Amino acid sequence: MANPQMVMYDEEFKQINVVIEKLLREANAKVIFLVDKNGQLISGVGEVERFDTTSLASLTAGNIAATGGLAKLIGEKEFSILFHEGEKDNLHISIVGGRVILVVLFDSRSSLGLVRLRVKKASDELTTIFNRLLEKAEEKEKSGETDFPFAEITDDDIDNLFS
Amino acid sequence: MSFINYASREINCKIVYYGPGLCGKTTNLQFVYQKTAPDAKGKMISLATETERTLFFDFLPLALGEIRGFKTRFHLYTVPGQVFYDASRKLILKGVDGVVFVADSQEERMDANIESLENLRINLVEQGYDLDKIPYVVQYNKRDLPNIVTVEELRRELNPTNVPDFEACASTGEGVFETLKAVAKLILIDLKKGK
Repeated sequence: MANPQMVMYDEEFKQINVVIEKLLREANAKVIFLVDKNGQLISGVGEVERFDTTSLASLTAGNIAATGGLAKLIGEKEFSILFHEGEKDNLHISIVGGRVILVVLFDSRSSLGLVRLRVKKASDELTTIFNRLLEKAEEKEKSGETDFPFAEITDDDIDNLFS
Repeated sequence: MSFINYASREINCKIVYYGPGLCGKTTNLQFVYQKTAPDAKGKMISLATETERTLFFDFLPLALGEIRGFKTRFHLYTVPGQVFYDASRKLILKGVDGVVFVADSQEERMDANIESLENLRINLVEQGYDLDKIPYVVQYNKRDLPNIVTVEELRRELNPTNVPDFEACASTGEGVFETLKAVAKLILIDLKKGK
């Protein structure tokens, strides 16, 4: 398959949130999201309740995919940073560890330079966590250990969803 | 691929509606949106031209309920059907868990159906998928129109592998939920196998 299945565990989820919460403070940002390249929201910190996070995740992934397509057309591997400037709020979008998208929303209380600097540091930490997550998933698969909740489901469980 | 989040106890899956231009992919999503309870759906997003032709994609997030304590969420996407938007279609197929092929039942759209289906197969291969191995259903749309091809013929041309198929009229909603349920079920069965 093109992408291995993404699995998120409690331990790493907490570690990720620690990193992005720190980034939120240090970059003076309003909101930070982590989105998987397929458009699924992984986590968000800051004023998340003000935004439609699901739509934001999907559009961000679409944006990254479209820009990635453009990059390939001109012979680049990818554009790893996108910046959208608005009247009040700005978006800094970057690719972390090749497969996760980090979205930082900030206003005039911060600056592009500060956000770039802090994102760079946080990206390294996030890359380490996501690599470990991938290794963990691979190990589990190799050892045949399965705590997969869907292995036990019955046809009735599935039918009940649609009743 | 589906995204399993043990921290928030959620499973997210991606369904893509594929098919030739004007076959009714967006209409399918619009009907699902209209008929779903507000707490089970998110906002529907349409990136469309001024004449309401899909430019990049439509997106509709749905929450189906819980299985064994895990919230199951489905993200529905449509592709732009017009031939020249092929680059965009490829992008949307990334990470797909299940595909609905929406065919236009009108006689004059038969060639467009066949071309779009071939295009789907090729684009999936580019992303590392095989149409014969992923959850996949077919919908014969626009059954209410006068100049339509028989279901037998549509089946012969567009569904030689006999995947679940449904007659539909997306504008009135007939067959829309049957199609969605069928593909969602196939995805969950696939997940159960631990693929």
